[in-house]
Amino acid sequence: MSNDISAGGRLTVVIYQAVAAVVLLLLMTFGLLMRYSQAGGLDLSEDLFYQLMTAHGIGMVGIAAICGVSIMWFFLSQYVQLTTEIFVLNLILFLVGVVMILSAIFLGGFAGAWTFLYPLPRISGGAWGPSMAALHLGGVLLIGVGFLLVHLDCGYAILKKYGSLTNALGWPTLFGGPQTGKFQHQVDEATPPPTVVASTMVTIVNILGLVSGASILVITIVNLFVPSFAISALLGKNMIFFFGHVFINATIYMAVIAVYEILPRYTGRPWKSSRPFLAAWSFSTVAVLIVYPHHLLMDFPMPVWMLVMGQVISYLSGIPILVVTALGALAYVHRSGIKWGMAPSLLFLATFGWAAGAIPAIVDGTIVVNSVLHNTLWVPGHFHTYLLLGLVPMALGFMYFLIEEEGSTIDLAAFWAFIIGGMGFTMTFLMAGAASVPRRFAEHQPWMQGMDTLGSAFAALAILGVALIAVRFLGGVLASLKA
Amino acid sequence: MQEIAWSITLWLTIILAVTYLYVAMKSGDAADASSVAGAAGSLRTWLFAMLAFAFVPVTLMTTADLPYGAGASTGKAQVVNVKGFQWYWEMDQEEVKAGIPVLFKVEAADVNHGFAIYDEDNVLITQTQAMPGYTNNLKVTFTKPGTYKFLCLEYCGRQHHAMEITLNVTSN
Repeated sequence: MSNDISAGGRLTVVIYQAVAAVVLLLLMTFGLLMRYSQAGGLDLSEDLFYQLMTAHGIGMVGIAAICGVSIMWFFLSQYVQLTTEIFVLNLILFLVGVVMILSAIFLGGFAGAWTFLYPLPRISGGAWGPSMAALHLGGVLLIGVGFLLVHLDCGYAILKKYGSLTNALGWPTLFGGPQTGKFQHQVDEATPPPTVVASTMVTIVNILGLVSGASILVITIVNLFVPSFAISALLGKNMIFFFGHVFINATIYMAVIAVYEILPRYTGRPWKSSRPFLAAWSFSTVAVLIVYPHHLLMDFPMPVWMLVMGQVISYLSGIPILVVTALGALAYVHRSGIKWGMAPSLLFLATFGWAAGAIPAIVDGTIVVNSVLHNTLWVPGHFHTYLLLGLVPMALGFMYFLIEEEGSTIDLAAFWAFIIGGMGFTMTFLMAGAASVPRRFAEHQPWMQGMDTLGSAFAALAILGVALIAVRFLGGVLASLKA
Repeated sequence: MQEIAWSITLWLTIILAVTYLYVAMKSGDAADASSVAGAAGSLRTWLFAMLAFAFVPVTLMTTADLPYGAGASTGKAQVVNVKGFQWYWEMDQEEVKAGIPVLFKVEAADVNHGFAIYDEDNVLITQTQAMPGYTNNLKVTFTKPGTYKFLCLEYCGRQHHAMEITLNVTSN
């Protein structure tokens, strides 16, 4: 690494993580309430259920991004010159956006789901008005602008040091040629480290994704007040799922930097940008941009070639995850003499969760399978696997790294509560999906309730684990501030 | 189909979990990094080759019979026009015959809906989306007589879960 992170930058990262810890717990509790309500254990009104669902969805996407971007920023700032003020501005815009979103949902009744599928925000059937929809979508737009600024700053800093995005993706090494470009003299390492490679990939895809997201948000907001300003519902879906797929996947592509940077400190084996690693990340850059039609496999008016491409790229995009990152983590840990602590344990678990989550995603990305699993509980089953057991332990592992705490018996208990709860919770989702239970239903008919109570119990266990870890992290932060 | 999807997912997850547990248990027994890296490289090549080998036949098999393009020729199909509203379905037929293809022409009047067909055992047999401004053509041949129900699988607002209609399938 070329430079240490500034004190202000470090403090901002800690605040990001503290916000993430608190909001994550709140949103997990929302999830438990919904699951237990479906089990019949709670009597949530349908309006409140869908409001909680909307808050849970958009909130988790936002928090995943907060976790991911703070991890990326923390490590990337040690290789390139990032702007702390922009990083702080992003957090401020995020918090303002959150207030707008929560006000629209819980005071204004907005419940358009995190996907805000055009034209649902305008046509609510009397559940909310256009001003509340605008407040919600405006909050999402504000948050998107904040992240866009951070990615532009990252892109500028990467270009300044590496000269081109292809240099920063390691193409000269990948394809065997020398470094190129007029900034060649400024490159002090022959091959960019994994952090720079991953950050470059995320910069490319997220700028494109956020521009698409901002465009459909603005279109939808205008449509709220000028209904004659309308677009094709299918075009709206394409824009939303392009943005949504790219943005949520980018969160884990940012968070995995914690694995590349922290795990080697425990194994003594530095994570290098090998050619397979560089090839995987370059391929993922393209794949994550063109795979989104796998969300539209049941939209039959779509061009068939796009839908087949969605299936094919779903298969191919799983390979870099399974063959490079998961196998890489196994190879770096295997017979390494690692001294296990909470940080490496959670990060090792995270690579498992990411890979395990890819399995049901690839299965569901098959068109004929999608016909019977699309929008069943299989879908939250797969994305909860790679987010709850992939991204969340990356963030929790990073928190232990920040407070330099290896863990005690209570931490170990929290770790196992999290694993058992998380695995059980996601498996009950997948089993319910295989049993044809629809997702996003405020009320479950008796035949749909088979896994609801068990799923709620596992969710409660996972929340307990995260709560113990969050308390440990926040306590560690407070102790370091006092010191 | 659902059972196959579940079995594949379960077994691959178990294999992955066992591999992780094995590596975690062996992690304390330190060995030279280069020997481990060499073995991992070989394993990666083998794994990649295996996946690449499986990719083509799996893709060809699973894309041989896609549910798209049903509207091009109706043939002898029984045609059922369906329209989704917040929060109910309208269907211009109450009964169809088993063994003869049924072409569902699915539209939406307001927002996006999901048109999903469940059999009497509550098993999802197929689905398509219902979009404002588009017609989704879904062709199904019911093999068993009975009462089939249709749920909405695309979130469409406060009564999304209550959208349900049935269709009687009689013997031919």
